[in-house]
Amino acid sequence: MVDIRYPIGLMFSILGVLITIFGFVTMSNADMYQKSLGVNVNIIMGILMLVFGLLMLFFAMKKKKKA
Amino acid sequence: MKVDMSWIDYLIMIIYFVFVLGIGWFLRKFMKNANAFLEAGRAMPAWVAGLAFISTNLGALEVMGMTGSGMKYGMLTTHFYWIGAIPAMIFLALFMMPFYYGSKARSVPEYLKLRYDEKTRGLNAILFAVMTILASGISMYALAILLEKVLGWDFNISLWVSASVVLAYTYLGGLSSAIYNEVLQFFIIVIGLLPLVFLSLTDVGGWVGLKESLAPITTANGYAADTWTTTWKYTAEASGNPLGVEWFGILFGLGFVLSFGYWCTNFLIVQRAFAAESKAAARKVPLIGALPKMFVPFLIIVPGIIALVLVNDPAKGFALPLDAGGKPIYDYTIIMLLKQYLPTGVLGLGITALLASFMSGMAGNVSAFNTVWTYDIYQSYLRKRTSNEASDDKHYLNVGRIATVCGVLLSIAAAYIASKFGNIMDFLQTIFSMINAPLFAVIFLGMFWKRTTGHGAFTGLLSGFLMALLHHGLTVPAGATTLVKGGWLGNLHTYPVEMAQNFWTAIIAFTVATTVTVVLTLLTKQKKSDEELTGLVYALTPRTLDEPGLKWYQRPVGLAIMVGVICLILSILFW
Repeated sequence: MVDIRYPIGLMFSILGVLITIFGFVTMSNADMYQKSLGVNVNIIMGILMLVFGLLMLFFAMKKKKKA
Repeated sequence: MKVDMSWIDYLIMIIYFVFVLGIGWFLRKFMKNANAFLEAGRAMPAWVAGLAFISTNLGALEVMGMTGSGMKYGMLTTHFYWIGAIPAMIFLALFMMPFYYGSKARSVPEYLKLRYDEKTRGLNAILFAVMTILASGISMYALAILLEKVLGWDFNISLWVSASVVLAYTYLGGLSSAIYNEVLQFFIIVIGLLPLVFLSLTDVGGWVGLKESLAPITTANGYAADTWTTTWKYTAEASGNPLGVEWFGILFGLGFVLSFGYWCTNFLIVQRAFAAESKAAARKVPLIGALPKMFVPFLIIVPGIIALVLVNDPAKGFALPLDAGGKPIYDYTIIMLLKQYLPTGVLGLGITALLASFMSGMAGNVSAFNTVWTYDIYQSYLRKRTSNEASDDKHYLNVGRIATVCGVLLSIAAAYIASKFGNIMDFLQTIFSMINAPLFAVIFLGMFWKRTTGHGAFTGLLSGFLMALLHHGLTVPAGATTLVKGGWLGNLHTYPVEMAQNFWTAIIAFTVATTVTVVLTLLTKQKKSDEELTGLVYALTPRTLDEPGLKWYQRPVGLAIMVGVICLILSILFW
């Protein structure tokens, strides 16, 4: 029908880029990250999501080439 | 207690909505007949159906409830996973799936029709249809009220918007769309809650720090210091642990009756495996689902346990909202934790995870309801198949679509009734959930004892259900203030906690259903011939070996052993 990894990969890549950028923009805002114990979770989660999204896309394309 | 959300949080949510609806829109052109719409054309790869299998179960009530239970009962809550769900999922995969899938039944009620008779199917189909509507209405209400109280969103708007999104994608793409979105939702739930686990655990000083902080709190409540971080250690006596159940009740009530009843017979869950592309894939579906399922406790129960430390530490400034009676609302634990730790950005992700869990659960209910309605009620009693297959196909596709719309509208109505008469809805849901234990007894006997008759099964199902009702009506959990919790016929026995009452209700329902079915089977004649039962009953089905040439982890048995071993290791680690 359609490989579900495409939409999942695409969505997480977009969200990943968005959240990473937001993390960098707000980096100097110490007040905001007081909640998260001083950790800039936006950058961490953003990059993690981007990697996950790209991996999903990679595997989806790899399978398509094979077929 | 309001959570402030910024534009980026809403943007994340909107992107999620766009993808969820986009999947439905993309799949709409494949929905040519009832089979594609209601059964996903039986074409799903095992891993997709497997993740959907677990995601449907990871609904809003599960996420909210399990985090709350983590706070109330600690690691004992993992019994719902490691002794409850996992063994049942392995059993379903290895022993039951070949007959479900091989029978070509399109639903659990239809299996009952093939194996037994029309009346057994009818009873089950009607009870199931009512149960799914109630369940989705109640979870919709729970979500909307949470969004209203914590995010300040309007109750009516969140109710209608969330229901409309689910309706849109299930209407457009049917079961395929529900399943595809469940996979996407599964990843959103995991990734959205991940920072919460990491941050809360860091805050209390890791697992070791958590144990140390818990000790004074649990001893003050009269339990041993490590009660909240162990699973079996204090189950020798019911009074030694907050669950209020001893090892036998856990093992037999939860591990066997409740879990097998839920995982092996609940069509909402099993439907995902029915949609798999082959018998081998269908057998792997519950096992692939079991792999992440084993680790869900770390995602939702552990943060709940941490919440108990936070409430007892004034420096953290963490409190649960109170209900009208002044008691903390445990279901709000998860969202209060999100508020506590997540800054703007990942906060939107966490709230989206909650919305995703609600949608995966509700889409599951809706797609199971429309299938049972179309095949087991409409096609069986209202308009039977004709000789014109092509026009039939179109007709039932339309019926399936209308049932989807009606299912959502009825759920919305149920949500409004729940908001006005919450107790009545809770009561009804308790009652209808009593159908699972007797149903498991009847399906189990049907699969493994070829003699079991339709009259026996029907009477067993009905009497198990009535006995469960009677038990609920005659017993009371300690401290119950309303008759909804039990005792509406009188009070013969008081259970220490509600959980214990639930376990014993299920045990009694199962035992009565089994006994009645066996006795009546021996007294009545088997009307089905051996040929009719081939493929439906263990002894009459030729055993086919798995496809040769597969690696051990590609075979159901190999996968099952792996799941079992990991689960055993987890249980021992947290004994």
